[in-house]
Amino acid sequence: MLRRTLERFTLTDLFMWLVGGSIILLVVVGSVATLRAGNYTARHWFDFVVFGIAQGSVYALIALGYTLVYGILRMINFAHSEVFMSGAFTGYFIANSMSRSGFLDRNPIIGLLAIFAVAITTSVTVAVLLERIAYRPLRRSPRLVPLITAIGASFFLQYTFRGLYGSQNRAYPEVDALDGAWSLGGEFVIQKIQVLVIVAAALFMFGLYMFVQRTRTGKAMRAVSEDKDTAALMGIDVDAIIVRTFILGAALAGAAGVLYALMFRQVNFFMGFIPGIKAFTAAVLGGIGNIPGAMLGGLFLGLFESVGPTLFLDGLGIPAPYQLKDVIAFTMLVLVLIYRPTGILGERLATAKA
Amino acid sequence: MAILELENVHSYYGHIHALKGVSLIVEEGEIVTLIGANGAGKSTTLKTISGLLRPREGHIRLNGEDLSAYKAHDIVSKGVVQVPEGRRVFGRLTVTENLEMGAYTRSNASETAQAVERVFHLFPRLKERHNQLAGTLSGGEQQMLATGRALMAYPKVLLLDEPSMGLAPVLVDSIFDTIKQLHREGTTILLVEQNARMALQIADRGYVLQTGQVVLNDSAQNLRQNETVQKAYLGIS
Ligand SMILES: Nc1ncnc2c1ncn2[C@@H]1O[C@H](COP(=O)(O)OP(=O)(O)OP(=O)(O)O)[C@@H](O)[C@H]1O
Ligand SMILES: [Mg+2]
Repeated sequence: MLRRTLERFTLTDLFMWLVGGSIILLVVVGSVATLRAGNYTARHWFDFVVFGIAQGSVYALIALGYTLVYGILRMINFAHSEVFMSGAFTGYFIANSMSRSGFLDRNPIIGLLAIFAVAITTSVTVAVLLERIAYRPLRRSPRLVPLITAIGASFFLQYTFRGLYGSQNRAYPEVDALDGAWSLGGEFVIQKIQVLVIVAAALFMFGLYMFVQRTRTGKAMRAVSEDKDTAALMGIDVDAIIVRTFILGAALAGAAGVLYALMFRQVNFFMGFIPGIKAFTAAVLGGIGNIPGAMLGGLFLGLFESVGPTLFLDGLGIPAPYQLKDVIAFTMLVLVLIYRPTGILGERLATAKA
Repeated sequence: MAILELENVHSYYGHIHALKGVSLIVEEGEIVTLIGANGAGKSTTLKTISGLLRPREGHIRLNGEDLSAYKAHDIVSKGVVQVPEGRRVFGRLTVTENLEMGAYTRSNASETAQAVERVFHLFPRLKERHNQLAGTLSGGEQQMLATGRALMAYPKVLLLDEPSMGLAPVLVDSIFDTIKQLHREGTTILLVEQNARMALQIADRGYVLQTGQVVLNDSAQNLRQNETVQKAYLGIS
């Protein structure tokens, strides 16, 4: 038994264990050193965590779009980042005009709802067209074909929006009602905008979860994702269910777009790229195809990115560690893929395939 | 007019010519069985009727209406429902959810609940397990679920693809009892079986399929007496 294990233990395994071990060591040493040095107070850490959850909620909303489409078509919709961008960018124009007329500050709730409505409608329209024009004709092609098409569609959408709205950065209007912070007693404060992002994202995710678990369409989505032919034999219109899946993912992306823009106060035609890749990472982290996995993966990634750089690297004497947040995010992705290729909650998918 | 009629149907998987001019008729209220060796094209025939495959030539008619323009899910709402080979239950849905999917073409909730009760009456075992994920059921229970799920749509024509496959003899008997009961209740049945002995016992008529063609077509009684059938499918020499 031991001998067989030893025989199978190759040089690559040894190397991987060394890499993994040294990264863990680095993280532990770095964290201890950072905490020892005591340059950061509890309030700093609290801020990092809250920001991480807010950012992670947005990743989670986008990640759900990747995971829903993957679950039903076994395809990575790389143009999903542009579905997000198109909603955020289009929402900007109505936000801007409402802000100028003063309507947004007088009626913040109606104003915000209107922005969400416009953004979600735009994202949904883009996604439905994408499915109908770019993906459906390729449903039976080899897997690489729709993947390449998705990348092409992504560029197409970026440059279409650049053509429509221009290439400059647009400053997203401020909403008075969301300005400032609430005090939680003591030294702890929480930004109103972060509360909005977290609460709204949680509501959207809860809504999605209930939809998929409880409604007739949601159950049909799960059935189609398991077995399309049999679903059709039950009288389920598979194409219609696929369209509704794209609609759901796009609605969440549109909502995420508004939240992202409110938080970072800037939109442009290229804004989907980084959050898109991060959300895709989050979906893979959680186990692609798995809905709770995408939520968890998003939160996890957001937290890691926010807390990680300072916690792990500051104590090691690395200057400006926050600039290394992307390095941390992707290192974590690589580690998860090496040691747990199905993602955090991915085992259900893996066993279902076997 | 026959309730279901196939006329010179040709089906392909890519370049593979799987059905080479199959013609058959099912009259209302009949049990008709389709027997044949592995790879003869039995499942392909059912898939073509259900619209999962398009016939490249020939016609499929339901009460005289050509089905070729319809998609698989429309054919279900016309009353032709299939229990596919190998059960194919939705493993990550519960027993009740699987049944609800069978009733997808009727959106009325109280009708659905009533249909669920009927299936639970037919298969009490499923009632005990109604909240369990279908993937964790035993093979026999999955077969009950697959059959019950098809009944949710109250089919006019029920297509059964090897309902006894992999079941213990007791369960085979109970599945065949269920088929007989459905038949008594007026369901028309097209039954594909490896177990030709059982199939020819309950069927009115039968067709023998060989490499995509019908080679024999007679009453079940005559087929039971037929020497070729006895040799090839009943194990009598
Ligand atoms: N998805 C497929 N792709 C390509 N060829 C297929 C496919 N399914 C079936 N075939 C071929 O079509 C022919 C008929 O297959 P079919 O499944 O209809 O046989 P069957 O009579 O149901 O056999 P069995 O008793 O083993 O279920 C076979 O030669 C088979 O190899
Ligand atoms: Mg078969």
